[in-house]
Amino acid sequence: MDKRYRVLIGKPGLDGHDRGAKFIARALRDAGFEVIYTGIRRTVDEIAAAAIQEDVAAVGLSSMSGAHMRLFPAVVEALARAGGADIPVLGGGIIPDEDIPALKNAGITAIFTPGTPIDTIIEAFRAACRTHLGQQAR
Amino acid sequence: MNVDFLVQALHRGDARSVARAITLVEEGDAGGTAILEQLDRERIEQALLIGVTGPPGAGKSTLCAQMIGQLRDRDLRVGIVAIDPSSPLSGGAILGDRVRMMRHALDPGVAVRSMATRGRLGGLCSAAGAAVRIMAASGCRVVLLETVGVGQSEMDIVALADITIMVLAPGFGDEIQAMKAGILEVADLLVINKADQPGAQRLRLDMAAALRDPGDRQQRILETVASEGRGVTELLDRIFLLEEALRDGGALERRRRRSRELETLDQALELLREPLRQRIRDRNEKTRDPRELAREIVERMVIMPAQAARNDDEHGS
Amino acid sequence: MAAKDPRLRDWEEKELAASLARFPERRQHFTCPGGREVERLALPDEIDERYCEDLGFPGRYPFTRGVQPTMYRGRLWTMRQYAGFSTARASNERYRYLLDQGQTGLSIAFDLPTQIGYDSDDPMALGEVGKVGVAIDTLADMEILFDRIPLDKISTSMTINSPAMVLLAMYVAVAEKQGVAADRLRGTIQNDALKEYVARGTYIFPPRPSLRLITDIFRWCADHMPRFNTISISGYHIREAGSTASQEVAFTLANGITYVQAALDAGLSLDTFARRLAFFFNAHSNLLEEVAKFRAARRLWARIMKERFGATDPASMMLRFHAQTAGSTLTAQQVDNNIVRVTIQALAAVLGGTQSLHTNSRDEALSLPTEESVRTALRTQQIIAHESGVADTVDPLAGSWFIEQLTDAIEAEARELIRQVDEAGGVIACIENGFISSQIEEASYRYQQEVEQGERIIVGVNAFQVEEEATVPVLKIDPAVEDEQVQRLRQLKAQRDREQVAAALRDVEQAARSGTNLMEPVLAAVRCYCSLGEICGVLRQVFGEYRD
Repeated sequence: MDKRYRVLIGKPGLDGHDRGAKFIARALRDAGFEVIYTGIRRTVDEIAAAAIQEDVAAVGLSSMSGAHMRLFPAVVEALARAGGADIPVLGGGIIPDEDIPALKNAGITAIFTPGTPIDTIIEAFRAACRTHLGQQAR
Repeated sequence: MNVDFLVQALHRGDARSVARAITLVEEGDAGGTAILEQLDRERIEQALLIGVTGPPGAGKSTLCAQMIGQLRDRDLRVGIVAIDPSSPLSGGAILGDRVRMMRHALDPGVAVRSMATRGRLGGLCSAAGAAVRIMAASGCRVVLLETVGVGQSEMDIVALADITIMVLAPGFGDEIQAMKAGILEVADLLVINKADQPGAQRLRLDMAAALRDPGDRQQRILETVASEGRGVTELLDRIFLLEEALRDGGALERRRRRSRELETLDQALELLREPLRQRIRDRNEKTRDPRELAREIVERMVIMPAQAARNDDEHGS
Repeated sequence: MAAKDPRLRDWEEKELAASLARFPERRQHFTCPGGREVERLALPDEIDERYCEDLGFPGRYPFTRGVQPTMYRGRLWTMRQYAGFSTARASNERYRYLLDQGQTGLSIAFDLPTQIGYDSDDPMALGEVGKVGVAIDTLADMEILFDRIPLDKISTSMTINSPAMVLLAMYVAVAEKQGVAADRLRGTIQNDALKEYVARGTYIFPPRPSLRLITDIFRWCADHMPRFNTISISGYHIREAGSTASQEVAFTLANGITYVQAALDAGLSLDTFARRLAFFFNAHSNLLEEVAKFRAARRLWARIMKERFGATDPASMMLRFHAQTAGSTLTAQQVDNNIVRVTIQALAAVLGGTQSLHTNSRDEALSLPTEESVRTALRTQQIIAHESGVADTVDPLAGSWFIEQLTDAIEAEARELIRQVDEAGGVIACIENGFISSQIEEASYRYQQEVEQGERIIVGVNAFQVEEEATVPVLKIDPAVEDEQVQRLRQLKAQRDREQVAAALRDVEQAARSGTNLMEPVLAAVRCYCSLGEICGVLRQVFGEYRD
C-alpha cells in the first residue's frame, strides 16, 4: 500500500489572507495527503515545532504580505534549530520572480507564484515527500 | 532506523523521536512494534488517558487547549492526540485541531499529534492506543484523546480511555436526543461548554432529564466557558478525584484490561483482514451462501489449526 | 399627458427639492454626444404599488435606487485610492502626489504590525514593517504622515480595525496640532473587528471586548466627531476570502446587526449612531450580479433597520458604501489585462451607486503598486465619471428584468443566511462554531475548483496564455525601512517623559477594567507619545487575546 504523505501548511508572519493556504490544504487532501494546517499568524518557531511534532515529510508556507524574504528562510533556520534540517520547505504567495533565486539559495525547495496550476503544486509536494522519505529510509 | 536509540530518546521526551515512533507504528513498520515492546511500562501505568468527545462546534479543541494550559501550570507533562476523519474519497485528511493547540507549540512539556482515521470505522484510528502509550512513555502524566463525536466513535473512545468526557454546547439540542441512549450513560463527565450563551439553560434541562438520578447529575455534569477558561480548574479537579477513586477501587485496572482486550481483538481482526480477503478471492465461490462460506473459511484458517496445535501438544512430538 | 403620480410629485417636492437646494447638479444640462438630453431619473410608464415598495425613488426608503435623489449628477463619488507603504515620510509624499492628481480623499493603508497592535520593534513584527502599508508606532509618525495635508479640507479613511481607537485618537491629536477641532474632521475608520475573525485576520482581542471598544468609539464620536463615519462594515474581505455575492451581503449585514444591537445594549439611542454607520463592499467582475448585489444590500439594510430596529429617521436606514475592485481577480499573467478587469468592476460599483471607490492597480498581483499604475487606476475612475455617461442619470439599470430579478434573489438569499445566523445564536456564536468561515471556505473551494478544471475561464491564466518575460517594474520595500523605523522608535521612547507615559497607561488600564469610556484615556496616552504597542499591550492584559 502507498504511504500516506503527511505535510504541514503554515502561515508565518502577520498576514491573515489564508484563502490560498486553505485552498492548497484542501487540494492536497483531495489528492490523498494528510494535511496539518496551522492557521494564520504563526511564528517561525511555532511552525518548526509543529512540523517536528507532527513528523511531516514537507512544510508548505504561504505569505501574501511581501515578508517572504525574511520569513521563509527564517522557517528553514528554525527547522534546523529544532532538529528538522532534513524536512523540505516549499513556499508560495505574492513573490516577485526576482526573489526566487535568493529563496532557493536559502533552502526553499520550490516556489509557487500566483497562477501556478494546482496540479503542479501537488506534484511538487509529492516529489518533496518522496525524496524526504526515501532519504529517511536509508 | 535504530530502534534502541529512538526508544532512549523518546523516554527522554525528545519531540522528534516521539513523533517518529508514532509514524512507524501508524505505518505498520516492524520497527514500530519493536518500539512498543520496549516502552516504559511504569510510566504507561501511571499516566491518565482522558477521552474528549462531542459534536463538532461544541468547543472540544478550545477546551483541550485550556486543559493543557492548566495542566502545565500544575507542572505536568501533557500529550494530546487529536483525531480527524479521513476523506472516504481520497483517503487524505485535513487535521485542523492543531490550530487551537498552536499556543502550546513551543512548550517542550506538551506533545501534540494529529492523526487521521485512515478508513477505520468509528472515530479512532487503529494506532491511537499506541500513540497514547508512546506519549505516556515519553513522560506525559496526562494524555488527552480528542475526537469528533459522530455515531460509533464515542463508544470507541469510552472503550479506550480511562476517563471519558463528553462536551456539549447550546444549539446542539437535537443531538442530545439522539445520544441519550448511549453516550450520556457511559461518559464519566458531561461538560456543558459555552455555558454563558443563550440556550445553555435548555441544555441543562435536557441533560438533567436524561440523567434521572439527582446524585448522578450533581456528580457528572459540569459547566465551562472554554474560550475564557472558566470552569476548567473545576473540571480538572473533578477528573483527578475521579482518577483517584478509580485507581483505589480497582476500576481503572478493569477498564484498562478491557481496553487492552479490545485493542488486541481489533488489531487481530485488522491483521486477518488481508489474508481473509485473499482466501475469499481464491475460493471464487458463486453459489454458496456468504454466511456459510465465512464460517467455513474462518474454521479452516483459525479454528482447525488451533485444534491441530493442541492435539500436537497433547500427543507430544 | 396623464397627471403626474402623486408619489412622484411628493418625492420631487421633498427629497429632490431639498437635495437640489443643497447640491446643485454638476451641469445645467446633461447630454449625449449628439445633443440628446439625458433624463435625471428614468421611470416606468406606470408607477404602481409594487414599484414604490421594492424600488421607490432615489434618496427615499427603501433606497434601492440610491441614497441621494440626484446621485452623481449632484456630486461624483469620492475617488479614494487606498495607499500607504514603508515609512510615514514616504506615504506622505504619495498622498500629496495623489491629491495633486485630482484625488478627493485619502485612504490610509497601515502595515500589519500596526493593524495588530504591535510596535515595529516587537519580535512579532519581523519582516512585516512597512510592507503592506505604513508603519505607525506613535503620534510622531502620524504627524509626519499628515504633514502639509490640511485635515479640515480632506476626508480620510483609515483601514484599521482592532486598534482603531488608538489610530483615531492619533488622528484627533494631529488635527489638534494643526488647529483643527475634532468636530470638523471628516472621514471613516474601518473599525469592523467582527469580520477579522472570519476573513482578513487582524484581530487582537476576543469578540466581546472588541465590541465594547467599538461602542465606546460610537459614543465618543456622537459627542465629538459628528461628521466622521465611526465604522465601515466590510464585506470586501469576506468576498476576497472567496464568498459568494449573497454571502458577502448576508455576513456583512449580520455584522451590522450585531454592532447596532451592541450599541443599543450599551444604551446609545439608534439615531445618534446609526447615521454614521458606513459599509464597504467588493466590486467583482460579474458586472450584472454586482450591480444587483449593491442594490439588494441597500434595500435589505433599510428594511432591517426599519423592521428589526424600528428606525424612523431615513438617515439611519441608508446604506452608504465604499467599494473597491476585487484584488483577488487580478492576475500575475498579462498584467495589462487587469486594467480591463478593474474597469468592468469599477463600472459595476458606479452602476450600483457607490459613494466612494478605490480602483486596484494592474500590478497588485505582483506587489505594491507603482506610482504609474496607481495613476492609471485613478484615470479609470475619471474616464467612467467623465466620458462613459453612466454618471449622468440615476440607477440606469433599474427596470431591467434581469437586474430586478437578480436583486430580488440576492436579497432573499442574504435574508435566509441572516436567519440561519440568528437561529444559531448570532454572529459571535457563528464565529466561534465556525459556521461563517466554513460557508466562505466551501464557496471559495468550489470556485477555485471550477477554475482549475477549466469550467471558468480566467483569461491569461487557464486560457489564452502567452509566454511572457517578467518585465513589469515592481515596487519593493527596502528591508532597511524596518531597521530605520525601529531605530526611530527606540530614540523616541528614550526621549519621552517616563512618569507621564506610565501614568497615562495606568489610566488606560483602569478605564479598561472599570468599563468607563476608553477614548479619553487613550487620547491622553497618545498625546504624550505612548506607542500603539504599549496601549494595545495594556488592553491585551485586560481583555485577553483571541486565537482562532
